[in-house]
Amino acid sequence: MSRTLLSGNEAVARGAWEAGVSVGVGYPGTPSTETLENLTRMSDVHCEWAPNEKVALEVAAGVSMGGARVLVTMKHVGMNVAADPLFTLAYTGVGGGIVILIADDPGMHSSQNEQDSRNWGPFAHVPVLEPADSHEALEFTKSAFEISERFDVPVIVRSTTRISHSKGLVEVGERVLSEAPAPFLSDPAKWVMLPSNARCRCTSLNERIDRLAKWNATDGPDRVEMGSTELGIVTSGVCYEYVREALPNASVYKVVMSYPLNERALVEFAASVDRLAVVEEADPYLKTHLRAMGIDVADVSVPIEGELSPAKVAAAFGGTLPSTRALIADLPPRPPLMCPGCPHRSVFHALRKAKAIVTGDIGCYTLGALPPLSAMDSCVCMGAGIGMAHGMALAGQGKAGRPIVAVIGDSTFAHSGITGLAHIAYNGGAGTVLILDNRITAMTGHQGNPMMGLTLMGEQNRQIDIEALCASMGIDHVRTVDPHDLEAVGSTIAEEIGRDQLSVIVFCAPCALLIREKEQPYAVDEEACTACGACIKLGCPAISKTSTGIAATDITVCVGCGDCVQVCKFDAIVPAGEACEIGGV
Amino acid sequence: MTTTVVLAGVGGQGTILAADVLAKVAAAAGLDVKLSEVHGMAQRGGSVDTTVRFGDVVHSPLTDLGYADHLVAFELIEAARTLRYVRPGGRLLVNTRTIDPMPVLIGAVPSPEGLEGQLQNEGAVFLDAEELACEAGSPKSANVVLMGALSAGLEFAEELWIDVISARVPSHTVEVNLRAFRLGRKACIEGECML
Repeated sequence: MSRTLLSGNEAVARGAWEAGVSVGVGYPGTPSTETLENLTRMSDVHCEWAPNEKVALEVAAGVSMGGARVLVTMKHVGMNVAADPLFTLAYTGVGGGIVILIADDPGMHSSQNEQDSRNWGPFAHVPVLEPADSHEALEFTKSAFEISERFDVPVIVRSTTRISHSKGLVEVGERVLSEAPAPFLSDPAKWVMLPSNARCRCTSLNERIDRLAKWNATDGPDRVEMGSTELGIVTSGVCYEYVREALPNASVYKVVMSYPLNERALVEFAASVDRLAVVEEADPYLKTHLRAMGIDVADVSVPIEGELSPAKVAAAFGGTLPSTRALIADLPPRPPLMCPGCPHRSVFHALRKAKAIVTGDIGCYTLGALPPLSAMDSCVCMGAGIGMAHGMALAGQGKAGRPIVAVIGDSTFAHSGITGLAHIAYNGGAGTVLILDNRITAMTGHQGNPMMGLTLMGEQNRQIDIEALCASMGIDHVRTVDPHDLEAVGSTIAEEIGRDQLSVIVFCAPCALLIREKEQPYAVDEEACTACGACIKLGCPAISKTSTGIAATDITVCVGCGDCVQVCKFDAIVPAGEACEIGGV
Repeated sequence: MTTTVVLAGVGGQGTILAADVLAKVAAAAGLDVKLSEVHGMAQRGGSVDTTVRFGDVVHSPLTDLGYADHLVAFELIEAARTLRYVRPGGRLLVNTRTIDPMPVLIGAVPSPEGLEGQLQNEGAVFLDAEELACEAGSPKSANVVLMGALSAGLEFAEELWIDVISARVPSHTVEVNLRAFRLGRKACIEGECML
C-alpha cells in the first residue's frame, strides 16, 4: 500500500481498475474527462470514447450483459442524453457490474447549467454514492461494483468539480482479477423489456431497491460523527469537508448513499440533536427527502446557487468571517478566449460581418459569442444549434436580411448534430450549417472522436467523411474550406447564405494547440499602421490596441497563423524576430 | 494547523503544474495535502486560481477570502483580483508581468494603472519571473521560478523540491527547470523579494 496524490477522477479510475473493470466508456465532459484517460493507462482495460453518452451507456449495457464489469463516465448534462437506457437498465439489472460516474459542475465553471445528479437516484430507482474526496472516490467506486452486482442494478457515483478536480492522498491497492465471463445464456425475462417482461422487472426493481435499503440500514456506508448535540448537520459529498472545517464542534451525519437513504439512521440522528440542519450544494435534495420523512429541518440560509465553501457554511450558521484586505476596484474582467492561431476565429469574424443570426453549440467555438467577435445568438445543449436554426426559419426569421446560420464543432456534430441535419434535410428545410472541424475534441483537452478516427486506445481508425455523409442525406451544396484563407471564408459564407436551399460548409484546420511548431510571429509596422482597427476586431490575444489607436502584437503570444495579415489593408503586419531576442523577454 | 497557498494566473501560464509540484513536496514531507484546480473552458486564457492546502489533517480543498497564508500571483491583474484571499500578514509574491485581458486588448476597458503601488502597500514583493526563466534557458519555466521563490518562505527542504521537480517535468526540461527553481529561490533568499 502506498500513499499517492490523486485527483478524484484519477481515484475513480484507480478504483474501477482495482475492482477488475474490463471496459471503460464515456464521452468527454468537464469535470469528468480525465477519468477514462487515466483508466486507459492501466493494464488489461479496454477504453473507448463514444460519440455520445447514450451510446456509451448502451455499450456498457452490452458489456454488462456479456458478464464483465464496466465503468461509464460523463458530466451531468451527459446523463440527460443517456437517461433513456438508464431507466430501463434499472429494470433489466446487470450481469457484470455497471458503475456510472456523473460529474456535476456547481458554479458552472465549464457548463451551461447546474444540475444535481442525485435526483437520478429516486427518478430512475438507481443507487447513488457520493464520495467527499479522492480517497473515498477510490473506495466507493470499488464498493459500487459490488453493490451493482449484489443488488442487480447499475450504480451512480456522483462527483462534483471540487472532487473530480481536487487532489488528495489515496492509499492505492491491488487489482482483483476477475474470471473471464461465462458464455452468454439467453434470458429474455431479464433482458427483453417487452411490456409483459418489463412489468415483472418493475416489481423486481422495487424489491431490489427495498433489499438495498435494508442493507444500507445495517451495513451501509453512511457515517455519524458525534460532537456537540446542540447542532446536527446532515451533509454529503465535498460539503462534508466544508462542514468539518467551518463547524468543527457540530455533530455530523455524512450521507454516502444518497439513494436509497438510510431513513432509520437519519431519524435516529435527528432525535439525538437539539437542532438539525442540512448543508448541500445545488438542489435541496436531502432537505426535501428529510422533510418528507417527517424530520424537522431548520431553515438555514445556505446559498442555493453556485458552490459552497467553508466560509459560506460558517456564515450561514452565524460564524464570524475574518477581516479582509481592501478591494482593488475596477479590474478588467478576464473572460476565456480563443487561443492565438485558433481556426474558429475567422469564421466568427466573417459571420459578424454577414450580420448572421447564429445558432451556436457547445465547444471552444462558443467563445465566438464574446466581444469583439460577438457572433453567436444561442447556445443551449450539444447539437441544439442545427435544430434551432431550422426552428428559427419556421418562425419566419431569416427573411429580413439576417441569414440564419448554425455553427457546430466536429465532435458535437458526431455527438448529436447529425440527427439535427437529417431533420432539416428530411423536412425540406433551408439554411446554412457550418461545421468547424478542428480535428479534435478541443475544449475538454484534446480527445479523439469519430470524425477524425483516433481512438482512446491510440488507434487510428475510420474517419467520417462529412461531405459524403451530407451527400447521402441528399444535401446538394457541401463545401470544405480552409479557415485560415480569410477571403475564401468570407466569399463561401456569402455565397451559401445567399442560397435558398440547405447547404453545409466544413471549415477544416487543426486546433492551434495541436500544432507544436510555431510559425514566425508577426509584428506591427508602426509607420504603415493607420489605426483602422481591422485586426483588433479579430479578437486575437496577441493583438492589442495601443493608446494611440495603433495596433501592436505580443510576439511571445503570436503563433504566426497570419489571419491578421489578411485583414490588414495596409500591409502593416510583418514578420518579427525571435521571442527571447526582442525586448529581452 | 493548515497552510494555504493560492496560485493565481492566466490559463496557459503553468499554474496547475506549479501547484502539483507544491502538493507533492508537501506530501513527500509527510503532510496531508489537498489541491483544487479548475479545468475546461476557464483554461482558455481565463483567470485560473489553484489552491494548495497542507497540514496534519486537511478537510476543504477550497479556501476563502482572508484565509490564505501565501499568494503566488503569476500576473499583476490576477494578483490584484485575488489579493483578498490572503490573510492580514500573509505573504504576497507577485510576478511583475501583465497579460492584458481581451476587454483591454480591444480598447473596451482601460488597462488598470498603479497596481504595483497598491500591491506594494499591501506588502507584496515582486519578481520578474520571465527574466529569470529566460536566464534559466526557457521562458516557459517562469512557473518553476515562482515555485523557487515560494520555497524560500516555506519550511520544506530544498532536496524535496529538487526531487519532485525532477520527477514531474518532462525529462528533457529537468535541467532548465532546476536552474529556474534555484534562480527563483536565490532571488528570494538573497533578500530582493523577502518580506
